[in-house]
Amino acid sequence: MTPSIHDLPAQVRRDILRMVHAVQSGHPGGSMGCTEFFVALYFDILRHQASPFNMDGTGEDLFFLSNGHISPVFYSVLARSGYFSIDELHTFRKLNSRLQGHPTTHEGLPGVRIASGSLGQGLSVAVGAAQAKKLVGDDRLVFTLHGDGELQEGQIWEAALYAGAKKVDNLISTIDANGQQIDGSTDDVMPMGDIGSKFVAFGWEVMHIQEGNNLEAVRSGLRQAIALSGKGKPVCVVMHTSMGFGVDFMAGTHKWHGIAPSDEQLASALAQLPETLGDYPA
Amino acid sequence: MHPYTDSGSKDTRSGFGAGLLELGQSNPNVVALCADLTGSLKMDAFAAEFPDRFFQTGIAEAHMIGMAAGLTIGGKIPFTGTFANFSTGRVYDQIRQSVAYSGKNVKICASHAGLTLGEDGATHQILEDIGLMKMLPGMTVISPCDYNQTKAATIAIAEHDGPVYLRFGRPKVPNFTPSNAPFVIGKADILTQGNDVTICANGHLVWEALEAANALEAEGIHAEVINFATIKPLDLESLLASVGKTGRVVTAEEHQRHGGLGDSIAQALGMHLPSPIEMVAVNDSFGESGTPAQLLTKYGLDAANIVAAVKRVMNR
Repeated sequence: MTPSIHDLPAQVRRDILRMVHAVQSGHPGGSMGCTEFFVALYFDILRHQASPFNMDGTGEDLFFLSNGHISPVFYSVLARSGYFSIDELHTFRKLNSRLQGHPTTHEGLPGVRIASGSLGQGLSVAVGAAQAKKLVGDDRLVFTLHGDGELQEGQIWEAALYAGAKKVDNLISTIDANGQQIDGSTDDVMPMGDIGSKFVAFGWEVMHIQEGNNLEAVRSGLRQAIALSGKGKPVCVVMHTSMGFGVDFMAGTHKWHGIAPSDEQLASALAQLPETLGDYPA
Repeated sequence: MHPYTDSGSKDTRSGFGAGLLELGQSNPNVVALCADLTGSLKMDAFAAEFPDRFFQTGIAEAHMIGMAAGLTIGGKIPFTGTFANFSTGRVYDQIRQSVAYSGKNVKICASHAGLTLGEDGATHQILEDIGLMKMLPGMTVISPCDYNQTKAATIAIAEHDGPVYLRFGRPKVPNFTPSNAPFVIGKADILTQGNDVTICANGHLVWEALEAANALEAEGIHAEVINFATIKPLDLESLLASVGKTGRVVTAEEHQRHGGLGDSIAQALGMHLPSPIEMVAVNDSFGESGTPAQLLTKYGLDAANIVAAVKRVMNR
């Protein structure tokens, strides 16, 4: 029986928390803030083939995660959509694992098409993949995700300039606008101003998803983004989320960017998230 | 006297341009990217003939490297072109993460390497690029010696599955290798036979090494000149066979002593066949403006300096 898409966010958040807790390292905050995005993408939006995984993805929509530190949500959703066994989630960040701290192709984990972790590189890679698709007449789309803090990297704007100027309109880039980064709020660290207007100025079509932690809002928002593609401009989705969403004491703060919950905090957090689809074996 | 003659000096970057054009005609998977240096890299013929497969990124080298990594989707073989400094130091993290660690089949093609781009001076004269690139796991590093070899190497790297750094230069230098010789990655070429000393050179200094061998021959010293166009993987077999015979080595390259060919050869010999070695290379210094010939002399990289290094190593 196919699980309902609505069962996934709580279960994915349980996976994230248990993975990070088990090794007392990793990035739960951004992962939980982007859970609805990943669930919508992999269980509704992407036209993709999980198994066997094909690196080239010809005839498939592609996704590149540029802010690689939110690997827990990426791994959970890849596993639960069939790219690899859910049982493998317990190896996260452990020695000899394919689930490295930051995603990589190097260990051969199905579903990962580029290494990310050092920020700001994924948009360029996605632009290249989008151009490759045009070159071979593949009409599928290329999706990316970036943190709002990540936009402080200069390479993002090199890529944004290129994509706008060269009309890379088979590209849909989502910005996780949670207003937080490691050292504090983006307003304190490096105020980002109006992100959407910046992309408009670089020649992009820009839209917003105001409720980035509402699964239906994200699904319909991404469908709207697809409708905007193919019209001569790359599409930027500014998605407003709450970091750490889903657990009361983790939500809305940068403090859980790269911190693992204690035993007590894990128990308290899991009590707020029903085990809808079964936890992976520890 | 060595048997090589200059069939007409040409720049190695033009060898790259000619090789790329030939690849464009023979291999539809080859695509090229350039960051606003199409003329300097001699990529204009490819760009004109294959506009759909040529990507002008503007002055945005970091983006160009990332884009090349993405372009490998679907079996494409991207060749990036810019100056050596902007091909390596400026984009090291992009190459490291998006290309090398990600195992992408990108060919990083770098012109204006070393001192001999001349008058532009030290900002553009990178002397650290081979060291930077050879440290990356899985990266193949090649520095061919003349127009013909650069053209052949350009064609050869398209057949190699994995990231490659191909280094060449701006000045016109003697073109002396056969025009039809295929390039074999990882295979050094023995250019002259000799029993007294092995001279390991690459890039523009291979010709200087041959000139040095002529001068030494006149003094009764028989040098075995080997062209190590591939720095990584190093042709250990050829190196050990030659040094096993000669017992002493001089290395010559247009690069820092730290991190270059000499460094790789010293490491290999230290592990397998400890032997006296002298290095002709730039010694912990930046370059400066000047003509290529003036710079090779001032920084101790010309044939006379190779002769002097041979004499030093003979006395050890």
